[in-house]
This record gives sequence, C-alpha cells and structure tokens, in this order.
Amino acid sequence: MTDQTAPPGLGAESLTTADGRPLKAALHRAQARAKRRAFLLVLPLLAFVLLTFVIPIGIMLFRSLNNPDFVSYSDIDSGTEIPVMQNVQAWFAANPQGTEPDEAAYAALAADLVHLKEIKAQGSVGTRINYVLPGSRSLFTSSARDAAKLAPPYKEAVLALDEKWADPAVWQAMRSSAGTITGDFYILAADFERDDSGAIVRTAEKERIYLYLFWRTFFLSGLITLICLVLAFPIAHLLATLPLSKSNLLMILVLLPFWTSLLVRTTSWIVLLQQQGVVNDALVALGLIGTDGRLTMINNQTGTIVAMTHVLLPFMILPLYSVMRTIKPSYVRAARSLGATSWTAFRRVYLPQTLPGMGAGVLLVFILAVGYYITPALVGGADGQLISNMIAFHMSKANWSLAAAIATMLLFSVLILYWLYDRLIGIDNLKLG
Amino acid sequence: MVSVDSDNPAPAIKAQVEAGNVTIDVGDVEYADAIRLCDEGLLEPIDAATLPAAPDGTPAVDDFLPGALTECAVSTIVFSTIFAYDTTKFPEGPTTVADFFDLEKFPGKRAMRKGAKANLEMALMADGVPAADVYATLETPEGQDRAFAMLDKIKAETVWWEAGAQPPQLLADGEVAMTTAYNGRIFGAAVGEGKPFATVWDGQVYEYDLFVIPKGAPNKDGAMEFVKFATSTQALADQAKWISYGPARKSSGALVGLYQDGKTEMAPYMPTAEANLTNALASSYEFWVDRDGELNERFNAWLAQ
Repeated sequence: MTDQTAPPGLGAESLTTADGRPLKAALHRAQARAKRRAFLLVLPLLAFVLLTFVIPIGIMLFRSLNNPDFVSYSDIDSGTEIPVMQNVQAWFAANPQGTEPDEAAYAALAADLVHLKEIKAQGSVGTRINYVLPGSRSLFTSSARDAAKLAPPYKEAVLALDEKWADPAVWQAMRSSAGTITGDFYILAADFERDDSGAIVRTAEKERIYLYLFWRTFFLSGLITLICLVLAFPIAHLLATLPLSKSNLLMILVLLPFWTSLLVRTTSWIVLLQQQGVVNDALVALGLIGTDGRLTMINNQTGTIVAMTHVLLPFMILPLYSVMRTIKPSYVRAARSLGATSWTAFRRVYLPQTLPGMGAGVLLVFILAVGYYITPALVGGADGQLISNMIAFHMSKANWSLAAAIATMLLFSVLILYWLYDRLIGIDNLKLG
Repeated sequence: MVSVDSDNPAPAIKAQVEAGNVTIDVGDVEYADAIRLCDEGLLEPIDAATLPAAPDGTPAVDDFLPGALTECAVSTIVFSTIFAYDTTKFPEGPTTVADFFDLEKFPGKRAMRKGAKANLEMALMADGVPAADVYATLETPEGQDRAFAMLDKIKAETVWWEAGAQPPQLLADGEVAMTTAYNGRIFGAAVGEGKPFATVWDGQVYEYDLFVIPKGAPNKDGAMEFVKFATSTQALADQAKWISYGPARKSSGALVGLYQDGKTEMAPYMPTAEANLTNALASSYEFWVDRDGELNERFNAWLAQ
C-alpha cells in the first residue's frame, strides 16, 4: 500500500522511523517482539501441556506398537539393553515363513535359552510370547532352567525337555514377536488373533469382547448424553429465567453435587439403589412392590446409567445455562405477538438459539462418558462395564501394550466422532459461555 | 518405610522399578505375582539362609511350609478363598461348595470376585472334580467349558466384587445371601463384629501371601531387616491374633493362641486347620502364571455377554 501511494521518485527507504530505520523493518521487529512476549506468556502452559499431556499420550501410542521384550532385555542393575533370542531371529531371517523348524532352528533355540538363563530374561521373553500364545510362559521359564544340559542333536533334546516346542503355534508366535515394532496388540484389541500359519483370524466367539465393549461404551454414552440433555434443558431454562435471588439458590443445588467427590456420589447411589437400599425400602413401605419383588437397580447397566447421568448432569446444565442467559426474552415475545403458538415460538425461535450450548454440553458429556471408569467399576456389575474398565484391567495385569492399544483405539474413535461433529454441526458453533 | 495401601501392589512395583523411581520398600503380593516379578528381575533376591531360625534351632529353610520360600519372596501367611453365607437366611446352611452353585436348594443372590482365579477352581470342585484333578482339568478346553458352564448357572444372580472388603459388606447389607471371600474378612466380620456369617470350608482354595522387596527399594537394608523380623516365628504367630490367616512357618503353629478378644481360639478358623482341609485346593501358581491372561480374557468376555 505504502509503495503504491508513495510519489514516484521517493523510494520505500524514505519512510523511516525517527531514528532513521526503515519503517517496515521497525514494524517487523516490533511485531516479532510482541509475538515473543506472547509466546513467553504461554510458555509455562505449553510446557505443562507438553509434559503432562502430549508426551505421555505419545508414549502410550508408541507403547501400543512397540514391545521389544522378545528382542532385548533391559537389565535393571546395569541399566543396559541386552539383545536376546538372537540366534532364533537369525534363523527366522534366513528361513521364510512356513519353514519347518529343523535341527539348526532347535540349536539356535537351545543357545538362546542358555543365554536367557544366564541373564535371567526367560521371564520377560516368556511373558511376551504368552501375550500372543497363552500358556507358553512356563514353556520358556522351565525350559531355560534346564537349558544348560542340552546337547546335540538339539531337536530331540529340546523336545525331550518339553514337547510343546514342536507346536507350530509356538514358532509362529516367536516369529511374529521377533521385532520391536508389532501390530499384534491391535490385532488382539480388535478381537483377532494369528493362527498357526500367521494369518489373522477372528478369535473364538466366546473370547470376543473388545469390539462389543466399544459398541456398548458408545451406545451407553450416547444414551447418558441424551438423558442428560432431556433433564438439563428445563433446569437450565429455569435457572436462566428465574429472578437472580432464586436462581442463585438453584444454582447452588446444581453446583454442590458438582463439587462433591465422584466417589462419594457414586457410593451414595449404591446406598440408595441397592436391594436393601433406600429406594427399595420406600417402595416396599408404600406397598408398591413386595419384599420378594425388590428391584435390581445397581450392579448392572441401570446402575451405570443412573449414576453416570447424575455425575455428568452439571456438565450439560452449565453450558446450556450460560447460553440461555444471553437469549433475550423479547425474541419469543415478538414471535408470540406475531401469532406463533407457544410451541412454534419455542421450536423456531428459542431452541435454535440454544444450539451452541446444546452442542457444547453434548460434546462435553459424551466425551467424558466414553472415558468413564470409576463409576461403572463400582456400580456397573457385569453388564454395565465400559471399555475403560478393560484398559484398567490390562494395566493392573501389567499388559501395558494391550492396554495402550485399546486406549489408542478409543482415542481415535473419539477423534473421528469429533471430526464428524465438526463436519455436521461445526465446532465454531460451540459455546461454553 | 513406605506403606502403599493397595489390593495388589504388583503392577505398582513393576511400574516403579521399570521407571527407576521406586518408593516401595516392602510389598505384600500373591504367589504368581512374586514369581513373575522375580523372573523379570524386578525384585531383590532374599537369601533364605539369612532368615531367623525357629526357636528350637530349625533353620528357616526347613521351618517354612513347602514352597513358602522362593528366590525373591518370603511367605507370611496362608489365606484362602472360601464361601460364606448369612445364617439368618439359611439356618440349616449350605455345607458343600456344590451348594453355592445350587440356586434351587439355596435361593438368593451370590457374590464372587470379578476374576477367573479361584472361581474356576471352585466351579470345577462343585461339579464334582476332585481337588487333585482340578488344574489338570482346567488345562483342557473341555475342562474350562465345564467350569464356565457351572458359573453360567448362577451368573444371572451374581454380584461381582473387586476388593476384599466388599464381600462382608454385601452380606451385611443383605445384598447377597452367599459370597466367596477371603477367609480372614469373614472371620473379622463374624467374630470381630458379631455378624451372623458362617464360613464353608469345603472347596476352599488357599495360597500364600508373600513379602517382596522391589529392586532399588529406597531403604533396602531396613526392608530386609523388616522382612526378617516380620517373618520370624513369634511375629507370624502374633499376626494370627488379629486375623485368621495361617502362619507360613511350622514352628508358629503351636504358638497361635487366642483372638484379640481374649476368648476365641484361633486354630479352628485357620485355612490350614486339619478339619478345614478335607476338600481343599492349593492354588497353583504355575498354572496361573501361564493362564492368567487367557482365562481372564475369557472370563471378561463371558461376563460381558
């Protein structure tokens, strides 16, 4: 702009600041300084988010794909990584998939077992194989114990130690684990497994669980979100329209449970809903049900839905309320005066204006519900468990790679839903207040 | 000394040692976990020869019950998974483990631990498998099907617990009529608090609890001293004064006396009492170290269906 309006003959260099520097450079410098300052201001937050959020999630994502336990053993005492099962891996590299293990393979195995015993790595290697082939951990630990006695011919000697070594599934499991990067845990997390030839097949029907739990998690989360929306809408409306003195009191009733510990609220529901609990006692006292007909409202799906709806309700009320407060009552009055019925005025004038609040509340509640763990664990019984309970279970069993794989799948399915939401409704329509 | 209150500190020990930031000095873990952690090099070895001898001079190695000492762990107590019932609901009372799975004879809700271990064994024993054959049966797919078929019978009426404190609470609330539980918890509620609970020892599954020291424990020497002290003959006998878990030393047995109330004889409440062992199963760590993942997977799938 400056260049165009400057009279001919006068170059850009003639536009300078008081101390003689070109204006453009001075502006650039000032802007850079402002940017730096802004960056320094957010730096603590950025470092915090990076350290406590991005890096742990990155490590988790990495762990789901990376399990080097069959390739190297990290020695705690010396802090070094010791390569293990080198001979067997060399044999795998030299012989393609499907080769019958020969004398050379068993010789390699024997040498590796002796090495495992030396550095006491048979447990971690066995555990790694046990993840993909249950029941094979003791094969490694017991064979390594007696490996020093092995002598040629190795095939017979190893099979004499334990004939399970002849099982092609064992060799297949070792082959598929012979790398640091593996997709095995995603295969397991999607209810698939490898058969003896290495092909990926569905697990037996009685062992399928994860996909079903994912489906249940999303279904229940959706249901809880819907119930929250239906319950929260009138409350938020009341809060937004009552005179301030009364609405403040009501607000405290909303916030008080919000500030109460999650555990306290969940266990209170146990007290209320159990078979000898307050609700059942009241119903029996009123003669609505007999003592034999006490309702089962806890330790099942009902318990999960009730308790989670209660816990998550404030997350729906608050964004709705903050949006409803800004809606001027004159709009609805204008619609009414122009002849709309109260239903039409609500549907065509009021409701569309609450959409940003509904969007925010729905997204907030749904995403929180999808990752819920404590409440379903306490009141969910058998059929009220969610996928996060499975993640917690595998964490407690120290199978971190599988836990990480399930968690990653959960993370990405939520991201996909978020993307869908953005495409359908638009994330910039979101309004938290 | 750092005490971590946890139903199972094994995952915490693994996480801390691998991260190189150990805060636990002594952990109290189950057998399969002690073996697994030790195999993976996450525990300090504990030399059994340094443990105190029995008062009569018997070395510790011979004084502890068979299998109670391992390379990295020292057993403290024998605990058992039993089942207990509310005596006000069943004055006659169930007497065998089969009764637990019999909803017709003994109607009412059940509670079991949410996990495969001990449940599958009890189911097989209830189905008539002799204790000695339980693990051989459970190794086979047919045996597993048989155990799950037994659990199927009571699945609809069962509440699943996770922490040891839950079963006595479930019984006390009247939420269930019968529950599996750790024997000491039921003893505590029945004798300690006078609740109307009775224990059925038929089909009990008992195992050791062990002390371990994580590799890199901050007070390793102090931890070692503690383990030596706490697993001495007198200390193990003394713990039985508070809860009905059997000491892991033979020499402690004779010293077990009265409950802290000063009048209840502890011996008959111990999992290792002669009368309680008529149909009992020693939990096999070898089996569970191998099959834990697989069977729990199936158990979880079964539960979710």
